Amino acid sequence: MSSPLKPHLRRLEAEAIFIMREVVANFTKPVMLYSIGKDSSVMLHLAMKAFHPARPPFPLLHIDTTWKFREMISFRDETARRLGLDLLVHTNEEGRAAGINPFDHGSSNYTQVMKTEALKQALGTGGYDAAFGGARRDEEKSRAKERVFSFRTGSHGWDPKNQRPELWSLYNTRIAPGESIRVFPLSNWTELDIWEYILAENIPIVPLYLSAERPVVTRSGQLIMADDARMRLLPGEVPQKKRVRFRTLGCYPLTAAVESEAVTVEDIVAEMLLATTSERQGRLIDHDESGSMEKKKREGYF
Amino acid sequence: MAEPLTLAPEAVRSARSLALGDADKSLLRFITCGSVDDGKSTLIGRLLYDSKRLFEDQIAALEKDSRRFGTVGDDIDLALLVDGLEAEREQGITIDVAYRFFATEKRKFIVADTPGHEQYTRNMATGASTADLAVLLIDARKGILPQTRRHATIASLLGIRHVLLAINKIDLVGYDRAVYDAIVAAFDADAGNYAFSSRVAIPISARFGDNVSGQSPAMPWYRGPTLIEHLENVELAADGAAERPLRFPVQWVNRPDLTFRGYAGTIAAGSVRTGDEVVVARTGQAARVERIVTHDGDLTSAEAEDAVTLTLDREIDVSRGDLLVPADARPEVADQFAAHLIWMADEPMLPGRPYLMKIGTRTIGAAVTELKHRVEMDTLKPLAAKTLALNDIGFANLSTAEPIAFDAYDDNRTTGAFILIDRFTNQTVAAGLIRFGLRRATNIHRQALTVDKASRAGAKGQKPAVLWFTGLSGAGKSTIANLVEQKLHLSGRHTYLLDGDNVRHGLNRDLGFTDADRVENIRRVAETAKLFVDAGLIVLASFISPFRSERQLARDLVEAGEFVEIFVDTPLETAEARDPKGLYKKAREGKIRNFTGIDSPYERPESPELRLSAEDGDAEAQAERVIAYLVAQGIVPR
Ligand SMILES: Nc1nc2c(ncn2[C@@H]2O[C@H](COP(=O)(O)OP(=O)(O)O)[C@@H](O)[C@H]2O)c(=O)[nH]1
Repeated sequence: MSSPLKPHLRRLEAEAIFIMREVVANFTKPVMLYSIGKDSSVMLHLAMKAFHPARPPFPLLHIDTTWKFREMISFRDETARRLGLDLLVHTNEEGRAAGINPFDHGSSNYTQVMKTEALKQALGTGGYDAAFGGARRDEEKSRAKERVFSFRTGSHGWDPKNQRPELWSLYNTRIAPGESIRVFPLSNWTELDIWEYILAENIPIVPLYLSAERPVVTRSGQLIMADDARMRLLPGEVPQKKRVRFRTLGCYPLTAAVESEAVTVEDIVAEMLLATTSERQGRLIDHDESGSMEKKKREGYF
Repeated sequence: MAEPLTLAPEAVRSARSLALGDADKSLLRFITCGSVDDGKSTLIGRLLYDSKRLFEDQIAALEKDSRRFGTVGDDIDLALLVDGLEAEREQGITIDVAYRFFATEKRKFIVADTPGHEQYTRNMATGASTADLAVLLIDARKGILPQTRRHATIASLLGIRHVLLAINKIDLVGYDRAVYDAIVAAFDADAGNYAFSSRVAIPISARFGDNVSGQSPAMPWYRGPTLIEHLENVELAADGAAERPLRFPVQWVNRPDLTFRGYAGTIAAGSVRTGDEVVVARTGQAARVERIVTHDGDLTSAEAEDAVTLTLDREIDVSRGDLLVPADARPEVADQFAAHLIWMADEPMLPGRPYLMKIGTRTIGAAVTELKHRVEMDTLKPLAAKTLALNDIGFANLSTAEPIAFDAYDDNRTTGAFILIDRFTNQTVAAGLIRFGLRRATNIHRQALTVDKASRAGAKGQKPAVLWFTGLSGAGKSTIANLVEQKLHLSGRHTYLLDGDNVRHGLNRDLGFTDADRVENIRRVAETAKLFVDAGLIVLASFISPFRSERQLARDLVEAGEFVEIFVDTPLETAEARDPKGLYKKAREGKIRNFTGIDSPYERPESPELRLSAEDGDAEAQAERVIAYLVAQGIVPR
């Protein structure tokens, strides 16, 4: 056994476990949105703890945009197998048939079709009344006001003015048929908490978080990895091998790498503490305009 | 004066030490409150900035936003770091609760940023419900406002024990000590209205950083801690929670297979060890803790705030919503209590209307039975009121559909807090803080398995029994039964007499004298007698009860030895000669049908426990015989 958790991590862990149990005790068909990233890894680890010795009594759902890093997909399948969990994968087939991609259709269109719409489809057909997400309040300004139990209308809309007050740990879990709740057990975690916890608990993560030589091109100051042959290179662009890692993971054409020598989680924590940019810097979809995340959320983005 | 936006020089050093030796870093949750424009957002931006939790790209976005929305000219507007939603930006005010995170070497902080606008009491209550400390922003130029009092009241009501007065914009009053002193004195003049255990007042400039994370050179007269120092060192309210009696709200019953049954939950107070005896507060059923199960292996003990799964050494009835507690330190169990209510919905509170109450992990029907008063926030006076509107705070009596286990909110924030939910819209309409239970009986706890017929009777110093007097009308049953009851009562026994008079007018009002009705009459009487026996009473039943089968039915309903059939054997001639109510006469005249002994049979008991006749003497002597029999049987003590 590793050394005992720091008190603040213990408190965050207990809070997340409480939230997950509250969902399972109150909803008939929960699902866990599994995005394969570090937050999802922590969330899944907490779910294993919350229901032990039972397995988490809900499936994992991954929205596959078809443009994820290959290593993410193999890590996803390996994780589900290792833990013996039920993994559901959904892709927006209309979007796939229409050839929607991040190069030709722009990041916000692409995200709308392959992520937001895909998610609504999966939640709608699955009939889930509660969906866990790994979002944290420290990620972005509009997230800071997000509830732990975030109420969604029948059309998955989020109305920032019509959220329920959350006092103590008394979450109001009541919904009408067709309505649903998105639940964020990691609301009060920071990026540093996530890494410290991964380190303390020895939680497996996608190797892309650790530095290695990878083929990248530099575009408007961002390092983009050519993960497969579909990568569209601009005239004159030649992928260079660089020692890079990712602070956040998503669709490879939209996710920027950082140059780094961090090859262990310890290294990452040390690097994090000295970091001068936020993780969202690496998410190209957030840059469009100020307030963009709030717009996406109103439309049903997680 | 500190420079705006100077990078704290210790920032990099502190980041390194964060990674190294902070094994005991604790978490402090605090709330900031103040009126609009007191500088709350600026202060939080300052805290984030000074603690080096801002990244270059966030600063770049901030610079861009400052040009678009800023209120401080060409400077970077720290307030924009925390004003999140677009709608709010356009209005230029914060309208909801936002949570912010930063850390220093000593602590990690979660800040609930709540708005100062008067109509948003509910948001402040939300932020305060989980806070250990409240930072009350006061604009040095304006001093204590009605708003300040309102915020202090809510913070105090919600159980925040530490208050920090941040006397802001001190730069705008020339760093004047007299201003500071006057504000502190004005606050302290009201202090009797609040229940804070610590009050610290710090003169600051959120915009320029004075006394936020570093001592201000402009205020040599102030010797106290900086704002950050105080936040780092204030003693946590949660400290000591582990020493209190165990409170374990069962959240979820974990039953992966037939071999395992665990009760998952988060310890709300106290601690638990394997082998400890716990009782279910609702029922009093007891068991010992067998295992404390976690994913990381079994524990031998766990304490407040730990999320664990308990298994018990025997099967007792436990489900979600139950509270496991020590037998010798139980919570109150009652269905009526007094509480403060913070009304959070547009629709007003209506006494008598059914709501759902969520308390701990239990959800139950509840209603406000009586609104005692509304708290007038500016004067803090109780006012008579019939209803509560949005953002009103009131004091009310509530009742629940079933008894619930709870503590006073001041003793335990988890077991003493509740929310009310509208049954139709599912909105959270109120937050409640229990002050005290209303039933005197709340300290007498249910003792499952131990409170039964025997213990009820034992408490009365007797054995329960049915003394069944049977015989003709006018035989003397009621006279004798009355005498027996008087004698038993005088010697301190607990009795009840059932006779035609008290059942025919109520319970059996719908029955006549046909055979079927007579049978039903006796069946009901027998069932009632059985309940009274279960209550530990000595029941005297005085009925003609002419049929053997009904008497047998009454006998079979209670245990062997509890049924004493007393046959008052008075000949028909004697009874008819007495005819106290003139009934025989009427029967003979055919005015009453089915009269026992005249046109309906009386089946004599074959082997009654007692047979009383004229040979025993008068009614008094017959009653004495009954008492002697009861003593001989050990039904009543000698
Ligand atoms: N001079 C001075 N101005 C301040 C100080 N703190 C805040 N302000 C200004 O007061 C105004 C309101 O501040 P803000 O933080 O938005 O207030 P909020 O409504 O409480 O969040 C802004 O223009 C701030 O720049 C201070 O300590 N000194």
